[in-house]
Amino acid sequence: MGKPEVLPDPQFQVDRHELVRRLAAVLPATSLLYSTEDTKPYECDGLSAFRKVPLAVVLPENEAQVQAVMRVCHELKVPVVARGAGTGLSGGALPHEQGVTLGLSKMKSILDIDPVARTAKVQPGVRNLAISEATAPHGLYYAPDPSSQIACSIGGNIAENSGGVHCLKYGLTVHNVLKVRFVTIEGEVMELGSEGLDSAGLDLLALVIGSEGLLGVVTEVTVKLLPKPQLARVVLAAFDSLEKAGQAVANIIGAGIIPAGLEMMDKLATQAVEQFVHAGYPLDAEAILLCESDGTPEEVAAEIERMEAVMRASGATQIRLSKDEAERLRFWSGRKAAFPAVGRIMPDYYCMDGTIPKRKLAEVLEGIDRLSKEFGLRCPNVFHAGDGNLHPLIMFDANVPGQSDLAAKFGSRILTLCIEAGGTITGEHGVGVEKINEMCVQFRPDELETFRAVKTAFDAHGLLNPGKAVPTLNRCAEFGMMHVHRGEERFPDLPRF
Amino acid sequence: METHLADFIKGTAEGDEAESILRRCVHCGFCTATCPTYQLLGDELDGPRGRIYLIKQVLEGTKATEKTQLHLDRCLTCRSCETTCPSGVQYGRLVDIGRKIVEEQVGRPFAKSVERKAMATVFSSPSLFRPALSAGRAMSGLLPEALRKKIPAVSAGSAWPAPRHKRRMIVLDGCVQPTLAPNINAATARVLDRIGISLVRAENAGCCGAVAFHLNYQEDGRAHMRRNIEAWEKMLIDGAEAVVMTASGCGSTVKEYAHHLAHDQAWAVRAQRVSDATLDLSEILAGETAALVPLLEAKVQGKPRRRLAYHSPCSLQHGQQIRGKAEALLVAAGFDLTPVPDGHLCCGSAGTYSLLQPELSQQLLANKVKALTGSSPEGIATANIGCLTHIQSGTAVRVRHWVEWLDDELGA
Repeated sequence: MGKPEVLPDPQFQVDRHELVRRLAAVLPATSLLYSTEDTKPYECDGLSAFRKVPLAVVLPENEAQVQAVMRVCHELKVPVVARGAGTGLSGGALPHEQGVTLGLSKMKSILDIDPVARTAKVQPGVRNLAISEATAPHGLYYAPDPSSQIACSIGGNIAENSGGVHCLKYGLTVHNVLKVRFVTIEGEVMELGSEGLDSAGLDLLALVIGSEGLLGVVTEVTVKLLPKPQLARVVLAAFDSLEKAGQAVANIIGAGIIPAGLEMMDKLATQAVEQFVHAGYPLDAEAILLCESDGTPEEVAAEIERMEAVMRASGATQIRLSKDEAERLRFWSGRKAAFPAVGRIMPDYYCMDGTIPKRKLAEVLEGIDRLSKEFGLRCPNVFHAGDGNLHPLIMFDANVPGQSDLAAKFGSRILTLCIEAGGTITGEHGVGVEKINEMCVQFRPDELETFRAVKTAFDAHGLLNPGKAVPTLNRCAEFGMMHVHRGEERFPDLPRF
Repeated sequence: METHLADFIKGTAEGDEAESILRRCVHCGFCTATCPTYQLLGDELDGPRGRIYLIKQVLEGTKATEKTQLHLDRCLTCRSCETTCPSGVQYGRLVDIGRKIVEEQVGRPFAKSVERKAMATVFSSPSLFRPALSAGRAMSGLLPEALRKKIPAVSAGSAWPAPRHKRRMIVLDGCVQPTLAPNINAATARVLDRIGISLVRAENAGCCGAVAFHLNYQEDGRAHMRRNIEAWEKMLIDGAEAVVMTASGCGSTVKEYAHHLAHDQAWAVRAQRVSDATLDLSEILAGETAALVPLLEAKVQGKPRRRLAYHSPCSLQHGQQIRGKAEALLVAAGFDLTPVPDGHLCCGSAGTYSLLQPELSQQLLANKVKALTGSSPEGIATANIGCLTHIQSGTAVRVRHWVEWLDDELGA
């Protein structure tokens, strides 16, 4: 996380006065910020270690204004960085110093709810949880529920292909969005997807979901809604070792159970959140598992019985079952507030997002523990155990010289550990700017070139969120982040600096 | 978050406090979701996280302009963000510090300063507020609509039982409440009297200090606090059990006297004694259910249940973190509480906010009235005089303090 300013991002020559003049002509005064006093609070998203002040922040109120902004930026060759609620954890909405940050926070209307087709049409700035709240009177909800769901926007969810504690059973954003309206860098509107489950032609919708603002800006989203299960209950199981908890996860999946959610927290994380939520988590356990079952009361009763049996056989020291909806929500609230709650123990944290094969869980956790001792930084673990998505939280104090760099190195080592275990560097937070170097480790040059070719097809001048998600090969070479495998150099033909 | 305070503030009591608060913030943005002004305006600068950032800039040495001042002025200080914040950021305290420094750097145009000073003075003093209200009634045709609607009909006082119990508690008379709604404290005295507690007033106590303090006349505010401490402490030593708050806005301030006077050696300990003895009326009655509930049950039995909408003031649910207590008492008193969406959001009253930021205040009021009246309740109950008059200005449905509804049932 050290020093993003020195990264060799594409440079642009922008006449600030001309840019502001042109933007002012297409936007209301309250939708354009350009003095540093106003733009500085936009210098970072949820990953505050990376900071850059944009030339201007625009907050359009409707799609026509988004189009107008895109046309101006396209014509003047100005970078555009889209931003939802600014809760992202990979620096995806980190501004560009020669660019415009395009915030969608004023576009937050729920346009239509169709309880029969079970769909909702919303603007991109609508909060994830607000969709479920608005559709609750119809007995419906929107399934993907990232931990930041109270604040994060559906537009940002699309950019990152967000998951959440329930994605094990109900899928990621890509599985729950039917259609989007999307503005290209030229300012044209495209509709991708359809009201139905499939549409003719190439599946460009799936391409756009998770594209981290590299291809265009979403201005309207039609999401799929699910009927709220009649009942949901959570089993909270405590274990005296991480290995046993990890094994219990494998055993549950192995038994053919697909829990509605299956989450693990280690001791440090449990202790941090308990102060805030008072969920009654056992504080002496080395790990706790939260395992949810939903469906009809009969289904839930039968499934809970099986879950508890597997937990017991896996060595659970304590098993509790949520007795009512309030307690179920309290069990989850601790998990959902886990990241920021760490702020109660330590001023800064760095949240990782690696994913590994489930059978490697215990091994990777041991590795993280070793690294934690090596770097001298504590690292609570919170993760979507069911799909092997780890969120180690590296705790540090940014005011202590050197600790930010140390945390960054620690993080990078964790990601390398994930790749070595046969996993990937991101589960749901996206690559952004945070993991861009590790992309060079994860992918071969020809793979990265293919990504760039797709990007160029949408954005020939590279104006959309430059420097994020897909690294240039030069950048990989410059940072020496190549994975040297069996002595082979990954980019032998590129110049070294 | 990483912070590097500038020399002018570094190492001072305020600087140390601000720094420890800033360091807790991890910039997660959860707070924006429950901030009333961010929900209306959709600009980071009008939400807690952005305001924290604006304050941080000033504390790190960048001179503020009217822009930062405007965004801090737009904050209601409802502290909904504190309820939402998983990291425990004490935003309310940070914004007090930020506002004071920004005010020193930016100042106000003369006319605005006069207006704010007048509010701080008149609202803090019943002897000024009462004639001002009468004048307002007489000249209501000349006033702006938002203000005119807030002038309530003349409200009669009601019988206050003579002190006859050994158990005694002190009530804060406050500044505007005795003029606008004298029945609230009288109803409180009657309810407490029935369960063996006499409610007494302190001669020299007055405004809690919140109005002046939050208008940035922080020293004037502290003067009010010292006067009240002086008035109450002897009564507490003589055996009064508690200082009872019937307006949650005052309650949240009095409970923080200890904080506001922590650096005043002569007053810190005395302030702590008063803060420790201060309880919201709902806390008192929730602790007396053994005596109160049988009385209510006897009255309620066989009668059809009535429907009320309950508005929890921000100073109660966020400022004091008290939830569910007044609601439970109303349910025991035979009321069904109707569902109120977005119950965590401010009604827009927020002390003098409704006068200083009328546009935002009116939007919040309209949303709140819609939420409260959506299920057609017979009346609305709340726990703070500011919310009460503000909400009443936007609806024909009767708005009263919850203890008035309760008192009626007990007296029926």
